[in-house]
Amino acid sequence: MSILVNKDSRILVQGITGNEGNFHAWQMYQYANNVVAGVTPGKGGDWVFEGKVPVFDSVKVAKEATGANVSVIFVPAHFASDAMLEAADAGIELIVCITEGVPVRDMMRVRKYLDQKGSKLIGPNCPGLITPSEAKVGIIPGNITMPGNVGVISRSGTLTYEVLYAMMLLGIGTSTCVGIGGDPISGLSYIDLLEMFEIDPLTDQIVLIGEIGGTDEQKAADYISRYMTKPVVAFIAGQSAPPGKRMGHAGAIIESGSGTAEEKIKALQEVGVQIARHPEEIAILLGR
Amino acid sequence: MKLHEYQSKKIFDRFDVPIPKGRVANIASEAKQIAEELGGRVVIKSQVLVGGRGKAGGIKLAKDPKQAKELATEILGMEIKGLPVRKILVDEIVDIDQEIYLGITNDRTCRQPVVIASSSGGIDIEEVAQISPEKIFKLTIDPLLGLQDFQVRDIALGIDLRREYWKQFIKILRGLYRAYLDTDATLAEINPLVITKDKRLIALDAKMIIDDNALFRHPEMMELRDLDVEAPAEIEAQKYGLSYIKLDGDIGCMVNGAGLAMATMDIISQFGGKPSNFLDIGGGAGATKVAAALRIILSDPNVKVILINIFGGITRCDEVAKGLLSALADVKTKVPVVVRLVGTNAEEGLKLLVNEKILTANTLAEAANISVRLSTGGAS
Repeated sequence: MSILVNKDSRILVQGITGNEGNFHAWQMYQYANNVVAGVTPGKGGDWVFEGKVPVFDSVKVAKEATGANVSVIFVPAHFASDAMLEAADAGIELIVCITEGVPVRDMMRVRKYLDQKGSKLIGPNCPGLITPSEAKVGIIPGNITMPGNVGVISRSGTLTYEVLYAMMLLGIGTSTCVGIGGDPISGLSYIDLLEMFEIDPLTDQIVLIGEIGGTDEQKAADYISRYMTKPVVAFIAGQSAPPGKRMGHAGAIIESGSGTAEEKIKALQEVGVQIARHPEEIAILLGR
Repeated sequence: MKLHEYQSKKIFDRFDVPIPKGRVANIASEAKQIAEELGGRVVIKSQVLVGGRGKAGGIKLAKDPKQAKELATEILGMEIKGLPVRKILVDEIVDIDQEIYLGITNDRTCRQPVVIASSSGGIDIEEVAQISPEKIFKLTIDPLLGLQDFQVRDIALGIDLRREYWKQFIKILRGLYRAYLDTDATLAEINPLVITKDKRLIALDAKMIIDDNALFRHPEMMELRDLDVEAPAEIEAQKYGLSYIKLDGDIGCMVNGAGLAMATMDIISQFGGKPSNFLDIGGGAGATKVAAALRIILSDPNVKVILINIFGGITRCDEVAKGLLSALADVKTKVPVVVRLVGTNAEEGLKLLVNEKILTANTLAEAANISVRLSTGGAS
């Protein structure tokens, strides 16, 4: 088993005819052959991937025709909120938004609407998720991880790849890896995913990769102390980051002295989470 | 993007939030003229994007146009926390009866806009929050419904505002909310909102921060940008789609991905070194981007060694290696370069770098170790 996506997932790609969307949809298609549809308004009736995957004008039509239940979004930032709202309106259960640079005001409205509709969101500004050998939704490379019993939750992209790869080199595989994204307002949180991993029978340990900005890691620490029985290993990026500067990700900023790596590490350590000093060490701590 | 007080006040004015009479000036003689128009007594306020202008002597009162010119000359020659004062705002002086705080910002935790109000205005709101949290009134707004009339009344009640001022207050809060929405602000703040002796409510100061991610909707905002607060190298980096922040160490970093870039800086620090920058080259880094990144890192004379850490996912390591070689041929430098490539096409990439000037490492820890040794003068 796994969380959120598996071999039965039916994936729809919004923005499948764009450069990025097309490239990554093709990777996903090759990985697990479960991309069932694409959506690009104005290109309904086309086919992609050697005539195997149909393109539709709207999510609603695509869902009716193919039974898609997961949508991954690769459209530019100024179309992203519309794409998320459209997917939720069509009743898609899980929406994964890869797009970077979505305005905060849009995200506040989108998140509220999605909550009302009951759709789950991952992202935006995220690498998506992968259940090795079963489903790849987004841009996490398929060849750096293998099936296993470690659940991974991360706010970062390449940093996550680094960890997955170091784990694979030591023979440690992943149940599901979820990149929740680096924006201040996004979908599923650490806590939502910790809860899912706790009840997933195939997950035995959990890796939490955090970074400076906000207080989500502190809230996760509180949740861990109350509800988690499975061991958690964590790494927090940005210990050497200066305050007041946005470190690439929109959410990665130390504001008025709050959101530092130090306070996050302290909160996690206090509840018994093992802290890796650098990303490669996570794999070593898991192997023990 | 932070806006200056005078820029924020212009936006307030557009949304019917009353501001003092006044204008911005670049030269002292203009200040004199504005003071004459305003009847003599004015306040001269330096326009720099740092807090604590008043304490630094960047805000002064003038009793007549002659003194306005003298003080304007003085303030325009100042530097506040390293930033030159290029503009001053010359405003009429109002007689204050009470100072209120009123601000709207995004609440990250509850994912909604939040109105913050306090009967104790004029001082740093974070200070008020610490000393007397009971004086702060907060109210979140449903982003799908917007600010409701009853909520505006709740806020007026929450700060014990006398009923005679409600009508003015409601208009101001409504205007502030529209300004916040219309400009995609992450902060729209009036501190203080004053009640004058003649019973008017006026926004004496104004502060706005605009969401960088929303600037595509506001091309006009680009003209409001103050390049003084951004290091020249940071501005240059943006042209190439690089995210660069200068720090004060001596180990240059070039990494793909923001999280990995931070982790790379962290491990350098752990091993006793000091990173000279944060630099995320982003995805699909070709020769042009790598060359630009290399030039930007080397524009800092303190850099003694460069650590390049690439995790090839979508980015292919051989492409980065090719980019690096052509960049090094172009940007001739004696600074040693330590490279670590992992992931997609890493082997092909490393083969291309068999060159005496480039050191390669297998793990991040090893790369950091070599870089720190080189930066502290040790042999590699």
